[in-house]
Amino acid sequence: MKTLAALLGMCAVVAYASGAAADLSDGKVKIGVINDQSGIYSDLSGMGGVRAAEMAIEDFGGTVLGQPIELVYADHQNKADIASNIVNKWIDEDQVDLISDLPSSPAMLAVQEIVRQKKRLVIVSTGATSDFTGKACSPYGLHWTYDTYALAHGTGKTLVEQGGDTWFFLTADYAFGHALQRDTTAFIEQGGGQVLGSVAHPFPNQDFSSFLLQAQASGAKIIGLANAGGDTINSIKQAAEFGIVEAGQRLAGLLVFISDVHSMGLQTAQGVVLTTGFYWDLDDKTREWSKRFFERHGAMPTMTHAGVYSSVTHYLKAVEAAGTDEPLAVAAKMRELPIDDFFARNARLRKDGRLEHDMYLAQVKAPEESKYDWDYYTILATIPAAEAFRPESESECYLLKE
Amino acid sequence: MTEIFGIPMQLLFGQLLLGVINGAFYATLSLGLALIFGMLNIVNFTHGAMYMMGAFVAWLLLHYLGLDYWWALLLAPIAVALFAAVIERLLLRHLYHLDHLYGFLLLFGVSLIIEGGFRYGYGVSGQPYSIPPELVGGINLGFMFLPGYRAWVIVASLTICFGTWFLVERTKLGAYLRAATENSGLVGAFGVNVPRLITLTYMLGAALAAIAGVLAAPIYQVSAIMGSNIIPVVFAVVVIGGLGSILGSIVTGFMLGLCEGLTKVFYPEASNTVAFVVMVICLLLRPQGLFGKRG
Repeated sequence: MKTLAALLGMCAVVAYASGAAADLSDGKVKIGVINDQSGIYSDLSGMGGVRAAEMAIEDFGGTVLGQPIELVYADHQNKADIASNIVNKWIDEDQVDLISDLPSSPAMLAVQEIVRQKKRLVIVSTGATSDFTGKACSPYGLHWTYDTYALAHGTGKTLVEQGGDTWFFLTADYAFGHALQRDTTAFIEQGGGQVLGSVAHPFPNQDFSSFLLQAQASGAKIIGLANAGGDTINSIKQAAEFGIVEAGQRLAGLLVFISDVHSMGLQTAQGVVLTTGFYWDLDDKTREWSKRFFERHGAMPTMTHAGVYSSVTHYLKAVEAAGTDEPLAVAAKMRELPIDDFFARNARLRKDGRLEHDMYLAQVKAPEESKYDWDYYTILATIPAAEAFRPESESECYLLKE
Repeated sequence: MTEIFGIPMQLLFGQLLLGVINGAFYATLSLGLALIFGMLNIVNFTHGAMYMMGAFVAWLLLHYLGLDYWWALLLAPIAVALFAAVIERLLLRHLYHLDHLYGFLLLFGVSLIIEGGFRYGYGVSGQPYSIPPELVGGINLGFMFLPGYRAWVIVASLTICFGTWFLVERTKLGAYLRAATENSGLVGAFGVNVPRLITLTYMLGAALAAIAGVLAAPIYQVSAIMGSNIIPVVFAVVVIGGLGSILGSIVTGFMLGLCEGLTKVFYPEASNTVAFVVMVICLLLRPQGLFGKRG
């Protein structure tokens, strides 16, 4: 009799407990930030991305639907296999609900396949390949900050219109570099220009002298740098050594972050034209947030840091509005709720997972034009959200065709 | 314009010259490694970290003390050599009587700590360090524009390599060093301070790594990961040259630089693996290396 009472009592407790947590799986929302914390991309994402996510959680209040929000993070060293292992463990054992940041295009694509099977949300901020919302799209993969198409459109199209009609590419020999070269080539040819040649350099690489020499020999007006992070920094630094810009060729940094400019110094980086999704000094809203970020991180935010904050905040709002953390319900809510914060202007989250928002064409200032610390960019133009990304009519994503 | 295998001659010569310049870096770095291995039978896993420290000391001297590149060439190797002496005296010395494995585990651990520390303090994007004004600009050789700084790198490396070879092979101090390695007991019995010679050798190797770091600072990123980027190739150079052979590492350094230069022209995607392909072939055909002694 006593045992039966005890058993019934236990059942009641269990029923009560699971009933209260029925809104959120495992009784909490757990966010996992995965990026490069030790290698070539660790300054532009790395711990900055983690801190941006921390800020988002704190500003949201630390809880959602009465349950706690937890944060974990890991270093995938830009390797698809390590990223896959970590994400699998996070989903299978650690009850992670949202995967965030994710640089490195091969890692992005690998994780996309995992979340497609295991049904969790991933919101990419740092990773670049436009295939993520193109032929590799999935209902669980959202792409927040930028992609190779937006970069190609911004920088590529503008430079061709300005008369840069012959190009030579220095391409990082992996998925990202090739995607960026492909997307930029499409704009060059559309604008009546020509790609005279290209060279694929190992990723990562230190010495670009021989590749720059080949670019010089081609005689192209524009040398397109289809690489990022340390590779771009080295390319620009060494191009200055070889007198490439002085001799008349222009360097197009197809993916340049403010952290790169900070480390090169304005003397070396001046004049580089780039496309970015965010600039800390754009207006009062961006300045206010960026100064708070600077206090935590010690450096001004890159567009990917801002993107992590914006995407995590919007995700938490959607969880609250949907009353659950079930991925498809939350994704639907994210599309329904308006997105307008310091980062995403005129934004719309599309069915293929692509966030459309205003992008900016910028040019790095000369040293004498810079008036205070981190005063690095002149914003040349705003590329409206509706134009900046691949139009839905041209997308290979199956979700748009249904 | 004549062409070889579809590549214009002009471009080919330019690439070969660039290959020689890279080879100069490899030679200087592998020299220190070969010296330490040849004399002390230790694989110096901290070599990459010391190369990085040399570059960072150069940057620190400029940033905080306003001392320029030429001061750095003198002071950075001394600073790093002193640091190496501390490591050797405090830590490494206690492991000599044990299996070599313990020594290089220790050095590997030390290199991870050093690199981690710099990464924590300074990130990986690098610090700006410009080419000294005396070396800016270059010469137009006709088939390519040779930056003045790169020409200086060849001259400096050749001088350092020759200087080190001369020190070890032709001077009394070098003779003592070589004798102490071959038979430390006997040399000690003659009243020579063998432990001090060992520390000196380690310091010399570290100084060589640091000076290569200062040479690299204006053209590569001064970052916490610069050592780990270049060191694997340097190990390959030492293995191909023959572990412990100083002349071997110098010649192989330049030769591999040339091989890499050619690969960058004909099949650039493979340019960071060609050194290891050559190493594998060498190990299969002549395991003691090109200049090593058999047995």
